[in-house]
Amino acid sequence: MSIVDFILALVREGAVTLWKWIGDQPEPKAGLLALFPAGWQPVVSAALSIAPILVVFPALFGLTTVVERKVLGRIQNRYGPNRVGPYGFLQFAADGIKSLTKEDVVPRAADKLVHFLAPLALLVPVLLTFSVIPFGRHATPLDLEAGVLFFFAVGAATELSVFMAGWSSRNKYSLLGAMRALAQMISYELPLILSTVAVIMVAGTLSTTGLVAAQAAAPGEWLAQWHVFTPWGLAGFVLFYIAALAEANRSPFDLPEGESEIVAGYFTEYSGFKFALFFMGEYLGLFATCGLAVTLFLGGWTAPVSWLDGVPSWLWFFAKLTALVLLSIWIRGTVPRLRMDQLMNFAWKFLLPLSLLNLLNAALWHYTGGGWVGWTLGLALIGGAYVALGRALFTGRKLARRQYRYAT
Amino acid sequence: MTPSFLLLAFVTLAGAIGAMMLRQLVHCALALVVAFAGLAGLYLQLNAQFVGLAQVLVYVGAVAILIVFAILLTRGAGVDGGVATGSWRVGAAIAALVAAGLWLAIRQTPFLDRTAPPSAEAPVKAIGNRLMSDYVLPLEAIGLLLTAALIGAVVIAMPERKARP
Repeated sequence: MSIVDFILALVREGAVTLWKWIGDQPEPKAGLLALFPAGWQPVVSAALSIAPILVVFPALFGLTTVVERKVLGRIQNRYGPNRVGPYGFLQFAADGIKSLTKEDVVPRAADKLVHFLAPLALLVPVLLTFSVIPFGRHATPLDLEAGVLFFFAVGAATELSVFMAGWSSRNKYSLLGAMRALAQMISYELPLILSTVAVIMVAGTLSTTGLVAAQAAAPGEWLAQWHVFTPWGLAGFVLFYIAALAEANRSPFDLPEGESEIVAGYFTEYSGFKFALFFMGEYLGLFATCGLAVTLFLGGWTAPVSWLDGVPSWLWFFAKLTALVLLSIWIRGTVPRLRMDQLMNFAWKFLLPLSLLNLLNAALWHYTGGGWVGWTLGLALIGGAYVALGRALFTGRKLARRQYRYAT
Repeated sequence: MTPSFLLLAFVTLAGAIGAMMLRQLVHCALALVVAFAGLAGLYLQLNAQFVGLAQVLVYVGAVAILIVFAILLTRGAGVDGGVATGSWRVGAAIAALVAAGLWLAIRQTPFLDRTAPPSAEAPVKAIGNRLMSDYVLPLEAIGLLLTAALIGAVVIAMPERKARP
């Protein structure tokens, strides 16, 4: 086979792969892989799985930055970016070029090597976490038996990059921001993982594809069995989402980069493209955790009702992911930033007990077999705990209208 | 001796050597993390998914942060001078002696005659089932111990109340 033939075959099989992927057909890569010798196939297969992640999610990040600025603009009664491209939607390209051409300033006192490695140490684990998320019916890049464990194990490695950035900058605001971020990430990881444990307990599997399969509509039923349709799933989803916002340092939990207090936190001393990498790492982290939330609670790529099964599965996944990301933007435009002690109290005294109780809730649902008994018990348990904890945390506190004193 | 094994072994050893030789304590901690990650990779390469991922979760995620916090909370970690320590000769000699002793001891055991079992895979589900059935008592004991440690840490961290007269 000559080179030209090979390239033509490559293009043809690539189109077939894409078509199969869009049409939810099994083994989309098979035709493309058959063109390569057997020894190369694992490597080519891995590259074919990695490439879409590297293309789709950074593109989604670029779009999200524009959408976020536009939505925040609407919330604040202004326009947002509207000059570059149609309706300002090419703003991200301009921003990317700007950050590429900017001068890369590294402080003289900084630890050069660690300072350089920190953004990479954030981005690489975040990209790895995407590999276990099922994006579509036949589109799970890495179908591990312990997929959820992989997600959290790799995700935990990002904490170190925050420390590396804060410590190597030799700047007190950087270090303070890093310490804040670490305290926050460690605290909110507990409710995040505990609300996941409830799902794993009921579904009985750690594999992400297994979790999606457990939530598909039973044969003959019209409604899918998403975990969010159960009392423990609903509570777990809310807990998970709050903890996910905190893990991604999103507002209202963006204290590590509170600009009115510590400049920009751990990336104060980063500029140019390294700053852009940090920025991208945070957004990709948000997408990954939202993707896991979709997988755990919102049924992954399954349709909510069985008569909508004809819609391509990846469309469902990305629709749910987009909804969660838009929700986070909405929250960012609405809720004011917490104080450090409020942040810690919220995690340890409110979210943690609730997520522990949610485990009990899941067990109750399992043993009562669902139905209205399960709903009543579950809602009573979580609702009662919610009210009681809220009351207990606010007693002894004097809440009064804030007094403003203006300079005269 | 697959290429991936060689690569992972190199990364692990390089991290371990860095953790010993570097002068800056934080650099040592980061090099140690590299060694931990390499070890996790070796476990994963042996098809031990649970052990490998637990290694990442516990050591790279938690123990590394603990070490780093301990370094920052105790004293200034900065040491002036070169990148690597100079007093490695004594250490190398001691290490060689220990390795030789271990080798002599291992040679007398039947360890080298053993062959690997054909399928060394331990599915995560099987581990979970064993933990919840055969080993439930040790698991509960460890849980109790960790809870006690947690309560102890909270008690130590609580501000001391002034003794009333």
